[in-house]
Amino acid sequence: MPLLSVQNLEVVFPLPGGTVRALRNVSFDLDRGERIGIVGESGAGKSAAAFAILNLLGKPGKIQSGRILFDGHDLAALDYEAMRQIRGNRISMIFQDPMVTLNPVLTIGAQMTETLRAHRRMTRARARDIALEKLRAVQIPSAEKRLAQYPHELSGGMRQRVVIATALLSDPQIIIADEPTTALDVTIQAEILELLLRLCEDFAVGLILITHDLGVVFGVTQRILVMYAGRIIERGPTAEVIGAPRHPYTRGLIDALPSAARPGTPLKQIPGVMPSLHEIPSGCAFHDRCEFAQARCAAETPRLEEQGARAAACHFPL
Amino acid sequence: MFAFLLRRLGQAVVVMLVISLLSFSIQDELGDPLRELVGQSVSEETREELREEMGLNDPFLAQYMRFLRGALRGDLGVSYFFKRPALDVILDKLPATIDLVLAATFWILLFSVPVGVFAAVNPRHWFSNLAMGLSAVGISVPVFLTAIFLIYLFSVELGWLPSYGRGETTEIFGWETGLLTRDGLRHLLLPSISLASVILPLFVRMIRSEMMEALEAEYVRFARAKGLREGRVRMVHAFKNTLLPVITVGGVQIGIMVAYTILTETVFQWPGMGFMFLEAINRADTPLIVAYLIVVGLIFVIVNTVVDIVYGLVNPAVKLTGKPA
Ligand SMILES: Nc1ncnc2c1ncn2[C@@H]1O[C@H](COP(=O)(O)OP(=O)(O)OP(=O)(O)O)[C@@H](O)[C@H]1O
Ligand SMILES: [Mg+2]
Repeated sequence: MPLLSVQNLEVVFPLPGGTVRALRNVSFDLDRGERIGIVGESGAGKSAAAFAILNLLGKPGKIQSGRILFDGHDLAALDYEAMRQIRGNRISMIFQDPMVTLNPVLTIGAQMTETLRAHRRMTRARARDIALEKLRAVQIPSAEKRLAQYPHELSGGMRQRVVIATALLSDPQIIIADEPTTALDVTIQAEILELLLRLCEDFAVGLILITHDLGVVFGVTQRILVMYAGRIIERGPTAEVIGAPRHPYTRGLIDALPSAARPGTPLKQIPGVMPSLHEIPSGCAFHDRCEFAQARCAAETPRLEEQGARAAACHFPL
Repeated sequence: MFAFLLRRLGQAVVVMLVISLLSFSIQDELGDPLRELVGQSVSEETREELREEMGLNDPFLAQYMRFLRGALRGDLGVSYFFKRPALDVILDKLPATIDLVLAATFWILLFSVPVGVFAAVNPRHWFSNLAMGLSAVGISVPVFLTAIFLIYLFSVELGWLPSYGRGETTEIFGWETGLLTRDGLRHLLLPSISLASVILPLFVRMIRSEMMEALEAEYVRFARAKGLREGRVRMVHAFKNTLLPVITVGGVQIGIMVAYTILTETVFQWPGMGFMFLEAINRADTPLIVAYLIVVGLIFVIVNTVVDIVYGLVNPAVKLTGKPA
């Protein structure tokens, strides 16, 4: 049995101007210690998937239907207190922008120890020791000094390390990282990513790595899910999907990677933009941007067809 | 911290110089001091002699420097009416005003924080709507109207509370206060509520909107993602950030309250320096007016400094450098 099993998840944002269907029929599994990537353009619904798992969707978002089975419980149906005991304890989250994730008026130490003490009875001194141990695990220099410091005294990269250390405090089974490197300097991105990978391996933590950059998941996650307009349109082992994509959209993402271009030639781009989730076109949501589209693509929504470890939602897979 | 205080002290000196210059220079506009002193009957020659003697014919700057030198020694001139040093007159009246401001501040803090926080956390609750409606009305009702209404209701109609004066006072450490006697507190009730009524709605609205903004912040979402209890998320993570702007704006407002005491004290015939100031204007008691402006300026500077220090204690970003990051 997988550790986490998301089944037919539907997330909506009922807005005055119409309901945004952020996730449509999203299903995926995560095994113990497994690392998966969720890839897609801005607005594809990646963050909605992440926050739905912890029942932390921004207002007015809500889970319309579907199940999120974690260790035998349906997270979508848990009461507040039971959900609270899972957040930051058994499933942790890392946010995108470390400059705004940490509370500016509390010390690093306070923000770390309160997390531990929200989940376990322990003395401040004991909590402090664990915090120190995790700060060392994320290789923060002079960790002891950091406990008394405030976020503004640390650089962006250091703050993200603090956030990662905080996520690790209770030895969670899953870490959800929502674009953990997007807000950082390019030079630091690789460092943070490598750190995250190593920590997940060392502590056998499952990872859901969310990114709009296919290059980020390569070499970090074992499997990837590609999302488009609120749906999963392709999934499979990372190397296989990147090596031989089945869905034209995945192919477009790969061709747009800088490493895919020959030096001197301009980067390829997928023409057009992803449809707004207010008004998703009929049939395949990608058809009007797809160079292989035929009449059927506009009429009939393709289902995610399983083929071994892989699946793609396309009438005419590559 | 020391450098911070030193900087602040430097600023305070500059501000006080400006205030003293302004208040000193308006005294010429307030009428001829000689007329107030000696009346009409004295001959023109004696007047001119007196002018010369008092230094009123000296150049402005010389007069101002003399005034400053006096001020530094605590000599702000002699009140024409009371025939006593102006500063002494004011210091006699100061405790009554401080009592009033303290009591009003107490009401403001007692109500604005819980009401503002509640309204931010439960924006759709009927109580929040009521509080917001009342505060919108409260902001626009002038103090004297509130005061007259309170007097009418509680003193005239119901006869529960006294409508004027301080009542019984006691002295501790040379400070004459009505805060420690039952009678004094009864007298303080209506004036302090009137005074608070101007600022309280502002505080409620400010705390509500700042708190709502803080509740939407990313660090609050992260605090929830860490599995903290909702009470802690609100009161530690959101509320502590709400405090920063509230302290800055609120501190200034409490300083401004000193100005509102003029109205409140007059309506309730409260023997404080606001009431005294209005009388001094009626009597064209120039030295007392100037002294009042300077003392109020000084109070303002002190309040602002205290606010800055408290702000520095709450906001880690200003602690080290002395200026906001
Ligand atoms: N709080 C909200 N209120 C209304 N609509 C929202 C809210 N949060 C997300 N949405 C909508 O849900 C859809 C999916 O958003 P989501 O944040 O999951 O995208 P994403 O894939 O994470 O994109 P990004 O790369 O920009 O983070 C978007 O169309 C967005 O407009
Ligand atoms: Mg996102």
